[in-house]
Amino acid sequence: MTALLNIRALNAYYGQVQALHGLEFSLEQGSVTTLLGANGAGKTTTLRAICNMVRSSGAIEFDGAPLSNRSTENIARLGIAHVPQGRGTFTTMTVEENLQLGAITRGDKAAVASDIERMYAHFPVLKQRHIQQAGTLSGGEQQMLAVARALMLRPRLMLLDEPSFGLAPLVVRDLFKILGKINREDQVTILVVEQNAQLALEIADQAYVIETGRIVMSGKANEIADNEDVRKSYLGY
Amino acid sequence: MSAVQEAVPAAPAIEAVPKRAMTLGTGTSLIVLVVLITMPLFVKNFIIFQMTMLLVYGLAVLALNILTGGSGQFSLGQSAFYAVGAYTSAILMEHAGVNYALTLPVAGLICFAFGFLFGQPALRLSGVYLALATFALATAMPQLLKLGYFEHWTGGVQGLVVTKPDAPFGLPMSQDMWLYYFTLVITIAIYIFSVNLLKSRSGRAFMAIRDNEIAASAMGIDVALYKTLAFGVSAGITGVAGGLGAIAVQFVAPDGYTITLAISLFLGMVVGGVGWLPGSIVGSAFIIFVPNIAEGISKGLSGAVFGVILFLVIFLVPHGARQVALVAQHLIDRFKKRQEN
Amino acid sequence: MELLTNQILAGIATGAIYACMALAVVMIYQAIDHLNFAQGEMAMFSTFISWQLMQWGVPYWGAFLLTLIFSFAGGILIERLLFKPLAKAPILTNVAGFIALYAIINSCAGLIWDFTIKQYPTPFGSAPFLGSQLISTHQAGMIGVTVLLLIALYAFFRFTRMGLAMRAAASVPESARLVGINTSWMIALGWGMAAAIGSIAGMLIAPVVFLEPNMMGGVLLYGFAAAVLGGLTSPFGAVIGGFLVGIFENLAGTYIPGVGNELKLPIALALIVTVLVVKPAGLFGRPIIKRV
Repeated sequence: MTALLNIRALNAYYGQVQALHGLEFSLEQGSVTTLLGANGAGKTTTLRAICNMVRSSGAIEFDGAPLSNRSTENIARLGIAHVPQGRGTFTTMTVEENLQLGAITRGDKAAVASDIERMYAHFPVLKQRHIQQAGTLSGGEQQMLAVARALMLRPRLMLLDEPSFGLAPLVVRDLFKILGKINREDQVTILVVEQNAQLALEIADQAYVIETGRIVMSGKANEIADNEDVRKSYLGY
Repeated sequence: MSAVQEAVPAAPAIEAVPKRAMTLGTGTSLIVLVVLITMPLFVKNFIIFQMTMLLVYGLAVLALNILTGGSGQFSLGQSAFYAVGAYTSAILMEHAGVNYALTLPVAGLICFAFGFLFGQPALRLSGVYLALATFALATAMPQLLKLGYFEHWTGGVQGLVVTKPDAPFGLPMSQDMWLYYFTLVITIAIYIFSVNLLKSRSGRAFMAIRDNEIAASAMGIDVALYKTLAFGVSAGITGVAGGLGAIAVQFVAPDGYTITLAISLFLGMVVGGVGWLPGSIVGSAFIIFVPNIAEGISKGLSGAVFGVILFLVIFLVPHGARQVALVAQHLIDRFKKRQEN
Repeated sequence: MELLTNQILAGIATGAIYACMALAVVMIYQAIDHLNFAQGEMAMFSTFISWQLMQWGVPYWGAFLLTLIFSFAGGILIERLLFKPLAKAPILTNVAGFIALYAIINSCAGLIWDFTIKQYPTPFGSAPFLGSQLISTHQAGMIGVTVLLLIALYAFFRFTRMGLAMRAAASVPESARLVGINTSWMIALGWGMAAAIGSIAGMLIAPVVFLEPNMMGGVLLYGFAAAVLGGLTSPFGAVIGGFLVGIFENLAGTYIPGVGNELKLPIALALIVTVLVVKPAGLFGRPIIKRV
């Protein structure tokens, strides 16, 4: 299995403050990986560094090609869809326009239209509200919209930043089930950043734990989930 | 840092100046003070007059710095307050025979009230909307001053001539030199007052409002009171500046207080560094001298030359003179460190 | 009553000028989230270019089209050269940049074409419109072009991919980048379009106010006021705002005693500010939801 994303010696900075220290990990093609850690550990920073939204140094390779020096929008065009913290919904636009925006870089109009229908099949509530202003949707619905928007890119890699945040447990369970489905059916490699470790470990193949900007633990998700010491020391349950 | 909101709030329009950096260091302040005090002894009367105007406009820019850099309210209307201050002094001096020095506190108080009152409707406006409202005020003022209704007091379109005072107690100095020192003392007093105001609880309230109005109000700050207070204080200082300006220039006329003045003061604030009080004098120097330099370079294209110079300044130092001071500070610190090693 | 109707109609006629300018203002606001003080001067300069082309023998519509293209390109060029470097600078510094641009353009126009007033032709003629004493054919033409422009802009933003991308870039720039939109170029395009619209406004206004370097000063201000009144996010609001400002201005001049030409501007602005105090987002604007 080849590594779709390879990260070596990644440092990231907010102004003078260093947030990531020599981060190293890789994502296998077709896998679901989760990056776990407490608040402020550097999870969001890692995703932002991949998309060049924060000042960083080190080597990030996507499908063999380096990502550094590419603008955020060019990285997206390579097939990396990032669902940011807070969802980043285009609140003043309709649900359907949000989905169209997900595919704005694609040229194949017919395929885009059929993809939109597929999203409505995955997330029926979006179809119900498709001409509503996105800002009027509930948190859970906006999260689904954000995931759907990301999928409209037909990405090879999807990055999700705390998708469970602020959502009811049942909603989160549904969402994660859909993510699993997408990973298997559409062969989308997924990297999920989560504070809610338990749920993330259930769908992931591989897990990494990050603490103050460094990877402190890595391994198969089910092994980490079964290891009570690890869970207690690093994940708090 | 988890985001609770769906709509990420934009960065505040006016950036915070850290409290430490609000003023000059003691050493620099002393040097500047010595220069300001001794300068008139070595130069001609006309230069002294220009220095007086430098201080006067410096005060007006300082006032704008308190309003915009301090409380985050965008004003393009300072020329209106300046005009009211100027005319107050002129009318009191010429129609009521009041001593020039006494007209200044009156001008200040009247403008404070004026600004405080204007601040009330302005409470509901911010950003471009407030800019428009203050712009309206600035364009209205010259017209109001020309109104036939007030002509008996204001002198209408021609304005009023103001008598320049002599040095008191028969001191052996020219009118210009006396007026300069008089202005200097007032400027220093207002500067110290302003620095202390911004360091005080009120100042912190201003800055809290500037940085995040909703959070400030949630913390119990009476936003309405402090916003109108900021307007009042700013208008009051501008009014005093206007009065001093009227005395120095020796006349007041409506067309001397147009929107061009308001825009110049705004540019002075940006060039000096928004929210950095010492920068006010740099900004004042810019708006007084650069237009003359531009005209000297090319009479026909003076506006264009001015614009180009302005662009150069904002490209090189987007944060104004404050940025220059910070860089200088860094270099001095590095030099000191090297000395220690 | 008839005087009132007449004044209102006359106000709509002059309001077309402000409506057209207001469209350009809203256009730029969509792109950069604030007002550009130099827009009037850019429109004026474009109008002079078209005048110059006509002096050199180019027929009206040829000059019109060439000027449109020149303005579009010019707007993009100005943004790339002068304002892209200021993208990370504070907003107030950018405003100082607009003021500098104003000074440069105004001064250059004065030097190249001097300050004497020039006649500027209209393609619509200046006969009374449908026999009415109040609206000339030119003014009717202005209203018509403004409405057409509005429909074109609406269609652009609503139905085209580029329009959707521009709206996204203006609304949530970070998310726009995440879906692959080059937000920097969207801003440049916004400037280009605003410059083009401004040039149309200038070419429509010049026959009425006569061509000279200071012709746009008051017009731009009324254009701002109209855009703000209509709600800065709504092109439709901008046009309605423009007509309303024209009506306000006329009624103020007619009915408020002592208001000559000089006080019309501040009174109109005062009225608008009053509306804003009641409805801070303008008549058709979307209320600004502020989150902590």
